[in-house]
Amino acid sequence: MEIVRPKTLDEALQARAATPGAELLAGGTDLMVEVNFGRARPESVVAVRRVEELKDEEARRIGAGVTWARLESSPHRALAQLARTVGSPQIRAAGTIGGNIGTSSPAGDGLPWLAALDAEIEVASRDRGVRRLRWDEFFTGVKRNALAPDEVILAAILPDDVPANQEFAKIGQRNAMVISTVSACVARYDDGTVHVALGSVAPTPIRAPRAEALVSSDASPSEATLAEFARLVSEEVRPITDHRSTEAYRRHASGVLARRLLERCLARC
Amino acid sequence: MLIELTVNGETRVATVSGAESLLNVLRNELRLPGSKNACEQGECGSCSVELDGELVCSCLVMAADCDGSEIVTVEGLADDEWLHPVQIALVEAGGVQCGFCTPGFVVAAAHLLEHNPHPSREEIEEALSGNICRCTGYGAILRALESLTGGAA
Repeated sequence: MEIVRPKTLDEALQARAATPGAELLAGGTDLMVEVNFGRARPESVVAVRRVEELKDEEARRIGAGVTWARLESSPHRALAQLARTVGSPQIRAAGTIGGNIGTSSPAGDGLPWLAALDAEIEVASRDRGVRRLRWDEFFTGVKRNALAPDEVILAAILPDDVPANQEFAKIGQRNAMVISTVSACVARYDDGTVHVALGSVAPTPIRAPRAEALVSSDASPSEATLAEFARLVSEEVRPITDHRSTEAYRRHASGVLARRLLERCLARC
Repeated sequence: MLIELTVNGETRVATVSGAESLLNVLRNELRLPGSKNACEQGECGSCSVELDGELVCSCLVMAADCDGSEIVTVEGLADDEWLHPVQIALVEAGGVQCGFCTPGFVVAAAHLLEHNPHPSREEIEEALSGNICRCTGYGAILRALESLTGGAA
């Protein structure tokens, strides 16, 4: 196995250009599970955890190399909430938001937040420079994304209008070290627009546009509207039955979770 | 490939094969079997070590990415004369049953106390949430740690 351990972004881009498809290694918390179980045997690795340019955390630009431990104190409410639910202290000290984006697992804890806020993923290559993809252009399937073999994930970019009123929660079998059965993020903008995103209920993170339309601009939805909101969310998700849960439970839990988060947002208005 | 590490204050050189984990290298190459190999997926915390000051699961660290790093394992916590206070507290409180998870708990608890000498019960529980004891001896483990922190609320 060959490993390159760049200290600068230029070196990282150079390494990816020299060996397209080399495995990008950040905290290792996803890749090493695959290695340990014999499911991955990387021949070439570009280890990016020393690249300083990836570790910057700004209000609208979160570097790919920022760890969950750091994001636990993010000013973005739902990001801090979800960071706190990732794995364990050991996992959060190593794992990064860029790794979460790169792995593109349906259960990636950071992904519903990116989807709810219409974030872009910033990537770069040596030969074609920087480009930004909307989250729904970037995530293309189960553990699949639009990152080219010579690119590096640089950051998650947030739009200017990110609302302070945002909530995240996930359902799993215990409190620590849990891969979510369903995760959800609800954001309520100052003009009343509501965004609802869910994880673990489709190949990629998804939004629930009909549910969003129902409650957007409604500052005090009735019980009937809230029930309809939950029903629409349950209808809009596309879950499967697997070893962690059933399709039916995931549909039900999606609606319950989204409604609960919406109510939390509304209580703050 | 060869990597050079500082392990428990000593410079060590190890041969690394492919993408193998730091845990493998510690146990098999460097003959430091204190860090335990159990789940190999970061769930159990039995392989916890400090890597450049961060508490991590050594099974999820690629050894080849550690050249030049500083590592503290459970073997590095006691000095020649005395066990680490966490180890003494676990002995006194009966916080060890089969003992397999103990090294991971010791490293995680020592890391906590280094950064937060007076953690609350909730902070202790959170700091140890990545460590699993299948004997379910959590009560005694928590009591052991509370004895070190003045039983802070």
